Amino acid sequence: MLYLHSFEIMKILVPISNVPDTTSKISFTDNDTRFNGQGITWIVNPYDEWYALVRALELKESGKADKVTIIHVGLSDSEPTIRKGLALGADDAVRINAESSDSLYVAYQIADYAKNNSYELILTGKESIQYNGSAVGSMIAALLDYPFLSQASFLDLNGTTLTLHVETEGGIKVVEGQAPAVVSCAKGMAEQRIPNMRGIMAARTKPLQTLDPKPFRQNVKVRNFGLNPGRSECKLFTEDQLDKLVEALHKEAKVI
Amino acid sequence: MGADNFQYHDYYLVDELLTEEHKQIREMVRAWVKKEVSPIVEEACQKAEFPRQWIKGLAEIGAFGPYIPQEYGGAGLDQISYGIIMQELERGDSGLRSTASVQSSLVMYPIYTFGSEEQKRKYLPRLAKGEIIGCFGLTEPDYGSNPAGMITRFTDKGDHVVLNGAKMWISNAPIADIAVVWAKDDHGEIRGLIVERGMEGFTTPETHGKWSLRASATGELVFDNVKVPKENIFPNIKGLKGPLSCLNSARYGIAWGAIGAALDCYDSALRYSKERIQFGKPIAAFQLTQKKLAEMITEITKAQVLTWRLGVLKNENRATPAQISMAKRNNVHMALTIAREARQIHGGMGITGEYPIMRHMMNLESVITYEGTHDIHLLITGLDITGINAFS
Repeated sequence: MLYLHSFEIMKILVPISNVPDTTSKISFTDNDTRFNGQGITWIVNPYDEWYALVRALELKESGKADKVTIIHVGLSDSEPTIRKGLALGADDAVRINAESSDSLYVAYQIADYAKNNSYELILTGKESIQYNGSAVGSMIAALLDYPFLSQASFLDLNGTTLTLHVETEGGIKVVEGQAPAVVSCAKGMAEQRIPNMRGIMAARTKPLQTLDPKPFRQNVKVRNFGLNPGRSECKLFTEDQLDKLVEALHKEAKVI
Repeated sequence: MGADNFQYHDYYLVDELLTEEHKQIREMVRAWVKKEVSPIVEEACQKAEFPRQWIKGLAEIGAFGPYIPQEYGGAGLDQISYGIIMQELERGDSGLRSTASVQSSLVMYPIYTFGSEEQKRKYLPRLAKGEIIGCFGLTEPDYGSNPAGMITRFTDKGDHVVLNGAKMWISNAPIADIAVVWAKDDHGEIRGLIVERGMEGFTTPETHGKWSLRASATGELVFDNVKVPKENIFPNIKGLKGPLSCLNSARYGIAWGAIGAALDCYDSALRYSKERIQFGKPIAAFQLTQKKLAEMITEITKAQVLTWRLGVLKNENRATPAQISMAKRNNVHMALTIAREARQIHGGMGITGEYPIMRHMMNLESVITYEGTHDIHLLITGLDITGINAFS
């Protein structure tokens, strides 16, 4: 009885992250405490967009879902990224006006919205490409007491029955589940979709609602960032320099 | 061609002068070009074929008449959006951009600006959707830079006119469903009319053997006693001002487009020079290579700022034809010079289809000639600043 409404209308919620384009030059400001956004192109996290959002739209287009809503926890500077999602075809969007790098805080805000607005299916990307946390999806599931179906490369929906493929080492696992659920989406679930001009123009007037965050503790914050030292120079040895190679591995690389 | 790893370059943060929608449109067009154009453009050029499947895609990304109002099927966007679309298309290939330029600025623009309400309703929505393709007939075998001397003419026959003559170097001619043709009436005045494929006596022989714009179809328009209904004549324009205002719009788009070709060459040269090792170090470490690359990004940056400013003036309806000439001339020459320098940085690889350089370079030889030659645009600037006509 609790989810009676779910048989009448299937609404999909797609949380999206606002991330720097993959080709961005990464640098930091304010004593390495903030990411330097100068000249950076911001995009919808590819796992959220290409797999979760596009599959949600496909399910809606095939009549298996009724509505697709984008949700994002972030400040107003991420609105262009949200509009990109609307241009792809989502019906509406919600922005929870808060800045946070605490996954549980973000998950709490999304779970709270999903619960109050009866979303039965939540599709996330398997991870975001800036922090690679892979944490928010499972946390939303735990907070809502929904099953969490992780890293799906295929998803179909019949009524409230979900069929998923999960790729394993050298094989595939076919999983069946029931909505309400949270699914994290991996490569293969859908093909990248390019918005068209009609989509971009329609996105201008689609509803983008801004909500204040619900009070919740924030226990984690980033103290500072650093870059990888990068690869050091490569040394080449010829076949007859075996002794020199062993010596270098022992004395310089200190691995043997 | 190898994988399209193009990355945008914006040295002076000109992006901050654009709206979010401009950037969104740019990303959309770039994504489409990477997905649908780059993988096949090389083969299309080698075979000298226009890939017809591009037409539907061009329509979906809004490349046909982006600034035509929505009520006529356009996207109702501003001039900077139009420029950005042309830039991203030409980043892929100048021939692709030519197809979109012609449809937008040389076919839809004159129908929208000079056409009757019936003509607008009849043709514009179908042109915007790519259901029909148009071409533009002004240049003749003996009248290129001097269009006023055109020979093509029509005579009044009561309810219709009879058109005779020939047009040459017409982009899209072999695939076009309609042609916007400029011809002289019985009084010797230049008028515009819409000629439809299928009208008796109208043929469009293809121009073969091009070494440039090979992925774009070029041909002639031949009119042999073609009966054209009078309702196909533009009611609202007489004289050379008609075709020249179309060229203004197209030249403005070319000014943007050339930046795209230049960026593609620069981007490829920059990446190649950091990967190619000679004398034990990347060739980017040599001063002569750095000089080439530094000059390229300097010229691109100047063109980006110039063209953005021209876009603002165009949006405010204040851009003069002479200002547009300056941008077209500067930017196409800039792009051609960069293509040649980038070709050298790529060494022998630069002449192969593995890289886009040689294709851009050969395409730009057409771009520097069509829509007003490099020299003619210089004389337009000369006339504008001295007040003295040096054309003839």
